[in-house]
Amino acid sequence: MTGHPFTLSATALVALPSGALWWAAERLLTVSDLHLGRSSRIARLGGTLLPPYEVAETLARLDADIARMDPRVVVCLGDSFDDLAAADLDDRNRLWLSRLIAGRRWIWIEGNHDPGPVAIPGEHLRELALGPLSFRHIARSGASGEISGHYHPKFRVAGPARPCFLIDTERVILPAYGAYTGGMDALRPPLRDLMAPGAIACLTGPTPCALPLKGRR
Amino acid sequence: MDRAEAPALLLVAPTGGGKTLAGFLPTLAELADGRHRGLHTLYISPLKALAADIRRNLTTPVTEMDLPIRIEDRTGDTSHSRRQRQRADPPHILLTTPESLALLLSYEDAPRIFAGLQRVIVDEIHALAESRRGDQLMLCLSRLSSLVPGLRRVGLSATVEDPKAIARFLSRHPDPCEVLYADSGPDPDIAMLATDEPPPWAGGGGRYAIPAILDQVRRHRTTLIFHNTRAQAEIFFHHLWLANEDALPIGIHHGSLSREARERVEAAMVSGDLRAIVCTGSLDLGIDWGDVDLVIQVGAPKNVKRLVQRIGRANHRYNAPSKALLVPANRFEVVECQAALQAVRDRDLDGEPRGPGPRDVLCQHILIAACAAPFDADDLYAEVTTAGPYSTLSRADFDACLEFCATGGYALRAYDRWQRLMQRDGLWSLRDPRSSRAIRMNIGTITDAELLKVRLRNRGGGQPLGEVEEGFAASLTPGDTFLIGGQIVRYEGLRELTVEVSRDPGRDPKVAVFSGSKFSTSTRLTERILAMLREPSWPDLPAHTADWLALQREVSRLPSRDRLLVESFPADGREHLCIYGFAGRNAQQTLGLLLTHRMESLGLNPLGFVATDYATLIWGLDPVADSAPLLDRACLADELETWLQGNAVMKRTFRSVAQIAGLIERNHPGQRKSGRQATFSTDILYDTLRRHDPDHLMLQITREEAMRGLVDFARIEAMLDRVEGRIDHLRLDRVTPLSAPLFLEHGKVPVEGAARERLIAETAARLMAEAGLA
Repeated sequence: MTGHPFTLSATALVALPSGALWWAAERLLTVSDLHLGRSSRIARLGGTLLPPYEVAETLARLDADIARMDPRVVVCLGDSFDDLAAADLDDRNRLWLSRLIAGRRWIWIEGNHDPGPVAIPGEHLRELALGPLSFRHIARSGASGEISGHYHPKFRVAGPARPCFLIDTERVILPAYGAYTGGMDALRPPLRDLMAPGAIACLTGPTPCALPLKGRR
Repeated sequence: MDRAEAPALLLVAPTGGGKTLAGFLPTLAELADGRHRGLHTLYISPLKALAADIRRNLTTPVTEMDLPIRIEDRTGDTSHSRRQRQRADPPHILLTTPESLALLLSYEDAPRIFAGLQRVIVDEIHALAESRRGDQLMLCLSRLSSLVPGLRRVGLSATVEDPKAIARFLSRHPDPCEVLYADSGPDPDIAMLATDEPPPWAGGGGRYAIPAILDQVRRHRTTLIFHNTRAQAEIFFHHLWLANEDALPIGIHHGSLSREARERVEAAMVSGDLRAIVCTGSLDLGIDWGDVDLVIQVGAPKNVKRLVQRIGRANHRYNAPSKALLVPANRFEVVECQAALQAVRDRDLDGEPRGPGPRDVLCQHILIAACAAPFDADDLYAEVTTAGPYSTLSRADFDACLEFCATGGYALRAYDRWQRLMQRDGLWSLRDPRSSRAIRMNIGTITDAELLKVRLRNRGGGQPLGEVEEGFAASLTPGDTFLIGGQIVRYEGLRELTVEVSRDPGRDPKVAVFSGSKFSTSTRLTERILAMLREPSWPDLPAHTADWLALQREVSRLPSRDRLLVESFPADGREHLCIYGFAGRNAQQTLGLLLTHRMESLGLNPLGFVATDYATLIWGLDPVADSAPLLDRACLADELETWLQGNAVMKRTFRSVAQIAGLIERNHPGQRKSGRQATFSTDILYDTLRRHDPDHLMLQITREEAMRGLVDFARIEAMLDRVEGRIDHLRLDRVTPLSAPLFLEHGKVPVEGAARERLIAETAARLMAEAGLA
């Protein structure tokens, strides 16, 4: 299996090239910031009509990760839906998502975009504590063993910036997994200030690779 | 005056022919009796500065003659309150730009604003006809002609190679359009500037020539110093100022400077306080600076027609020969300037014909129409096809654009509930009237990179100094210095959408990278250059350049018209391949993309390339032994299909198409203030569409645009036809004289492939090891 293995709070984890995080001991797969239904939300608000394919794109990637890893638990770290109304997926995608959810524990963590329960199967939680690790949408200063998303970190090395994991001894911040998501430069505040010295950026992409989170500009 | 009643008229005169005033004479005559109420004449110019200039020039005689005529300009620079007043009570003569006109037409009260309009004057139409701004303007005129039947059109054009095409562009299809020619005037007095120091091997900017240029400035009343890009103008101005020991009053003028800065320079110029202005295309068009007696063109002109128009800036009086000097910025440009000089003397103008009006502009026009009032599709189609560039538009193409505006036009019909346009009682209108705001904010067809304002920090929101590209701002770290408006400033930080800077007394600025317009050298001019390279010796060229060409001939070979020279050599630890196609910058860029794509699939590990007007330089991890299979014409054409899909040029083209057509918004009110994770790159949309909806309208338009503009595959084909397989592939042990300048070119394009992955992995491993983390 490709990916970047590392330890957080004495727990062995793997950052996958897709942007998902794998906890082998629990067979737990974590993804963050799917932003499903973004195009329909923008259209609903009178904005432009973006190509309505991002749900299918994102689910296809998630489907591939689930097929490969066969997780017992899936945790979606918030902003899974672009807003609560966006959880009203079309029939095809709703069925697809239901098929992915079936047969495993599925946890929806609340995010700032989707702060309440949605009419989709699974547990809806504010946060989740599991063993030494805690899962929440937005990183909290002073926390340890924390897995979060929200910021959509990106990092640039030899070419255009790519979404990345940010990893230090206390926390992991996941890249955005959704198709229609942008990114924040990991070298600028607030991300720069959230991560401890010695933090690592692990790039997603065909060949995932880790490097020190330091500016070389 | 005799032709004042004609429905359409095109006046062709060399720069300085006084044609603008001629265009206004019928208007002044018709308005003299003071009986006309409301708007009478609309004047459209491609430049804000030109509109302001014409207002000044027109107001003076009107005031002197005490005519009862109100004249105002209206551009993006006009204050909100003034614009409101102009809508409520339009002046007799309104001077404006295509974008401001489009905005006016988007208002519900457009019929009232334009009631009574008699004439529309389109200035510098030769420049507008080359761009989407002109296409948009012609759609706007079709709207105006429906609002006020009988509207008369007048176009004013500089000397062009095909005036009839411009006449067809201007007139209401199928109305006739008469073309009037003015005398073309005396031959210009034009030469290459002699300098003590030879031009550098590469780069642009002409810094080496500063002493000679200053000398010329001293010997003339007023000199215009043209540069091809804003960045070069800035750098040049900075160094010119450092060398300006006599403290000659010299100003700078380009489109990235703040309005205040531009107006100061324009005013100083008009009152004769400046001895020279360093400028770019922002002064290309008809502003009458009166006393200019010398034009200096720094950098190769790329296109003879534009050079002739620039030269016309000098002695802006009829019958006086214009005086101009060319300053090649590097050795190759010496050759190009020499060829251009010959072309000017031969009055050999160049130009590439343009295809029909692009559909992204039409999509925007449909959205604008919906903002103004509910419309009937049949009526709008009939109206649109009266616009010259859209006279051949099929109903099916029109319907596809309407469908795109209404539902997005996706194969997956996802937006039946959230349509943008809805049909009610047979008429199309906005589903959500609030969306008109975003549509209006998005008006226009200029899609330069996102610009950020630059201000001095701690000046309570002081005057903006100018603008820089967002990408450039993102590359700055606090403490970096750069040039803007001829000052060195220090980057302090980014606050909301403003780049905050402080003054810096330092002497060595990090350079501001404005992406200036990069034109391709025209086919005609290239032919002349290749003809020159065939000569056995070059007595007309300065010795430094003649020696350089001779050295290339000795070490390798000189490119020729009917053979293709390809060199391969190692340098800097990478393998290089240099292809001298002389097909122009855009085509050479495409060639770079096609070849690297093929090299990637052949496992030759390309890493990147850079293109100029005459060559493409590719670098990678492995050498190319034989380039003939790479350059096979049928393979390249096949490759084009697959390749067209995923490359950077297509994505860049898609971005501007999507913006113009209204698929993405450039200025969303309030959206960009918060963190940047909310916005995502249009590359993602492009990739998504390509996978799920490959025949989507936006992709069709992108392809068309790329083919005619940035891709320019036609010029590659023409080159391959000319060459007919006669490829000279030379393996050399080092960089050759002719390829050396390419190493210093800007605009290197990275190739995302196996070699890149390998490099990233190697870099990561090294950095981890250095950090003790491996």
